Amino acid sequence: MQIQPILAALKHHKLATVLIALEIALACAVLCNAVFLIAGRLSAMHINSGVDEASLGEIVVTGFDPKQANDLNARMLAGLRVIPGVESVNVVTSVPFGPQNGVNGITLDRKHYNTVVEFYVGGPGTPKALGLKLVAGSLPTADDYQAMPEHDYFPASSRVLITRALANRLWPGENPLGREFWGGPYQFRVIGVIAHLAVSQYTEYGERGAGWTVFVPAQPGGVLLAGTYLIRANPQDLDRVMTAARAKVAKIAPDVVLDHDYSHTLPTLRAKFFATDRAMAGLLVGVILALLGVTAFGIVGLASFWVSQRTKQIGIRRALGATRADILRYFQTENFLIVTFGIVLGVVLAVAINLALMRWFEVARLPYWYLPVGAVVLWLLGQLAVLAPALRAAAVQPVVATRSV
Amino acid sequence: MFAYYLDLAIRSLKRNPVLTFLMVLAIAVGIGASMTTLTVMHILSGDPLPGRSARIFYPQVDPTPATSDWQHKYPLPMMDYTSAVDLWSAQRADRQALVVDSPVKVRAPNANRPPLMLAMTSTMSDFFPMFDVPFEYGGAWTPADDANRARVAVISSDLNDKLFGGKDSVGKTLRLKDSDVRIVGVLKPWRPSPRFYSVVGGMSGNGQGALPYARPEDVFTPFFTGLEINAGAFQQYTCWSVPPVPGHLQNAPCVWVALWVELDSAAKASGYRSFVANYAQQQKALGRFQQTDTRMLDLVQWLDYEQVIPSNVALQMWLAFAFLAICLLNTLGLLLAKFLRRAGEIGVRRALGASRRSVFAQCLTEAGLIGFIGGLGGWLLTLLGLWLVRRQQTPYSDLVHLDVSMFVVTFVLAVAVSLLAGALPALRASRIAPALQLKTL
Repeated sequence: MQIQPILAALKHHKLATVLIALEIALACAVLCNAVFLIAGRLSAMHINSGVDEASLGEIVVTGFDPKQANDLNARMLAGLRVIPGVESVNVVTSVPFGPQNGVNGITLDRKHYNTVVEFYVGGPGTPKALGLKLVAGSLPTADDYQAMPEHDYFPASSRVLITRALANRLWPGENPLGREFWGGPYQFRVIGVIAHLAVSQYTEYGERGAGWTVFVPAQPGGVLLAGTYLIRANPQDLDRVMTAARAKVAKIAPDVVLDHDYSHTLPTLRAKFFATDRAMAGLLVGVILALLGVTAFGIVGLASFWVSQRTKQIGIRRALGATRADILRYFQTENFLIVTFGIVLGVVLAVAINLALMRWFEVARLPYWYLPVGAVVLWLLGQLAVLAPALRAAAVQPVVATRSV
Repeated sequence: MFAYYLDLAIRSLKRNPVLTFLMVLAIAVGIGASMTTLTVMHILSGDPLPGRSARIFYPQVDPTPATSDWQHKYPLPMMDYTSAVDLWSAQRADRQALVVDSPVKVRAPNANRPPLMLAMTSTMSDFFPMFDVPFEYGGAWTPADDANRARVAVISSDLNDKLFGGKDSVGKTLRLKDSDVRIVGVLKPWRPSPRFYSVVGGMSGNGQGALPYARPEDVFTPFFTGLEINAGAFQQYTCWSVPPVPGHLQNAPCVWVALWVELDSAAKASGYRSFVANYAQQQKALGRFQQTDTRMLDLVQWLDYEQVIPSNVALQMWLAFAFLAICLLNTLGLLLAKFLRRAGEIGVRRALGASRRSVFAQCLTEAGLIGFIGGLGGWLLTLLGLWLVRRQQTPYSDLVHLDVSMFVVTFVLAVAVSLLAGALPALRASRIAPALQLKTL
């Protein structure tokens, strides 16, 4: 296939060629960035929480007097534990995808605050119920679960679990076991390292995304460790158990208020948490499909116009001995060339748009492999779109050349 | 002449229904996508107090203590209790109100329904006239109620519907946590967007973040009354050390209160600025402040600074406009093909005496007609798009609708885009040399 004659022909249709190329360029730029944004949403939606989500649910009640916290805890634990299918019930301050409760700055030397972490406080058995994976050290023993002071956030000194990410942050390359850190007047000593435990209200940007979390063992009670209950059940039973648990709260404690937003299974809380991300991803998919459709139809329209405009020339070429395949290939090559111009421009534009998004919105850098993939998609789209008009061109009879010359 | 061009345009569009459909579709989809996002943007970025917002200000001071090495460029977005109450008590503005939110347990007098956990705003009597809050029954409490910590409340129309079936409930009692308050006013349905008076803040109602587009709170009480009856339920924006009693922040080194002031003239505004600056200087002299940084933005500047518009929405809008650009290029290409295909016909018209100008006008009429039909389709797609946005679980879903101005913009944009797309092809068509075309006929 000779490219020279095609280029010569395109020179006569500069405007239309430039238009299609520009359209392809814009499509390429938007496509790469939109797919990248979707990928960002999807990977955010699939973050690892570090807990056995499928087996867990949360019941949150509010509106009780702190003085009655111990009584409420006792009644709730007893009442919820007897629901058939419940494996365990624990009092916690929060769970991943639940309300945020316990974000605080910490310091190693009691002077310089450099890291903001999230504290999860939980009663005996919580690490096992959550399904935390210990990678070093040991889990808290029964003695480590100290009483919660009535008007305080934590016991004065606790033996805690921290995530591997936090250990690397605080003591990179060193053994974190036995080390201590402070949050205000409270002292924490590391007795174990867990693989992962996500913050409650995840954001992919900044330090909240890093998974710097601490598990503090404590006996339920006080102002803070009451009202939020972690329920563990077999994944198949979980929905039924949670429905029963929500209904039972009214009987166990008629005077408290059940938080309908957060008293759900963890899979439900996760779905609710990422609802806007899912909507955004859906919208982006819609835009991409519409975009590819519009681009393809544009190519079809213009290619059809060219074919009908050149019917006579095609007839002459056929009469002079060109095969149908030659004609077909001519239009395909022509399309390939135009799309290639567009892609070259589009790659530059895609990077430019990505830089703009990085500047104005919190978007990461576009991985370079998106560009060749986007290019291939547009080449395929172009070839697919041009196929019908090109076939029509190939079907032109040589006899056309003899008519009305 | 226009009628004749229109007639020609309709004939031409009918002659090539597939091509026409493609062009109309491209315009409609592009307009639908961009108008959906533009409408959402328009709703979210509207001025919540038209005509008044330039008179409403948000003063800021910086109570960061010496022990903190936390760097920040501007004073914190909320105030500590002492500064807020000092500035409020000075009564130097035309109107002034402290604002703080907390979740509160609400019980109806006839205790048949379970208690509710609702968001409560504790503020001053000035809040209601300053922010143009409309009343259905009764009215705001008096300044004396502010000072006396009176047990009174104003409730939202939603809550009035829920508890009192929408009837006039002024004078009835409501139990907030463990205290009884008398209802003095019921609001009309009031849905400022954004909820401008509390766009910052840690947590409110049920522990959810204070989303700028959430509904207004259901219960309003005088500021000091609220602090008293709901003690222990207040959340800090941030603290420099752990508050001695969680949820009780009056003496804690925390910022958690907002101060809003209304200043009716530029002179008063600059007067208040220097008043706040003097206050900061004085507090530094007293050793309570380390920094004398102050700031006072007006309402619109403040919303801008707090970036209340979700970045998702802005991103979607830019994406939609890039998409519209693609649709425009697409239409441009198709129109070019279409007009040049009619070169022979145009040649004949030119030979019969039509000027270049009239050929150009005729082509543009056709483009404009496509734009108008595309606008119709785009309007329907915008309605569909907005319906989809309403189905999303966002705090602003219930606000989203197509108002008259956006309806007009839809068609203006559609016709403008198609005229823009049609200009170049029309110019090309009007340049066709008649002689060359007639030769090939």
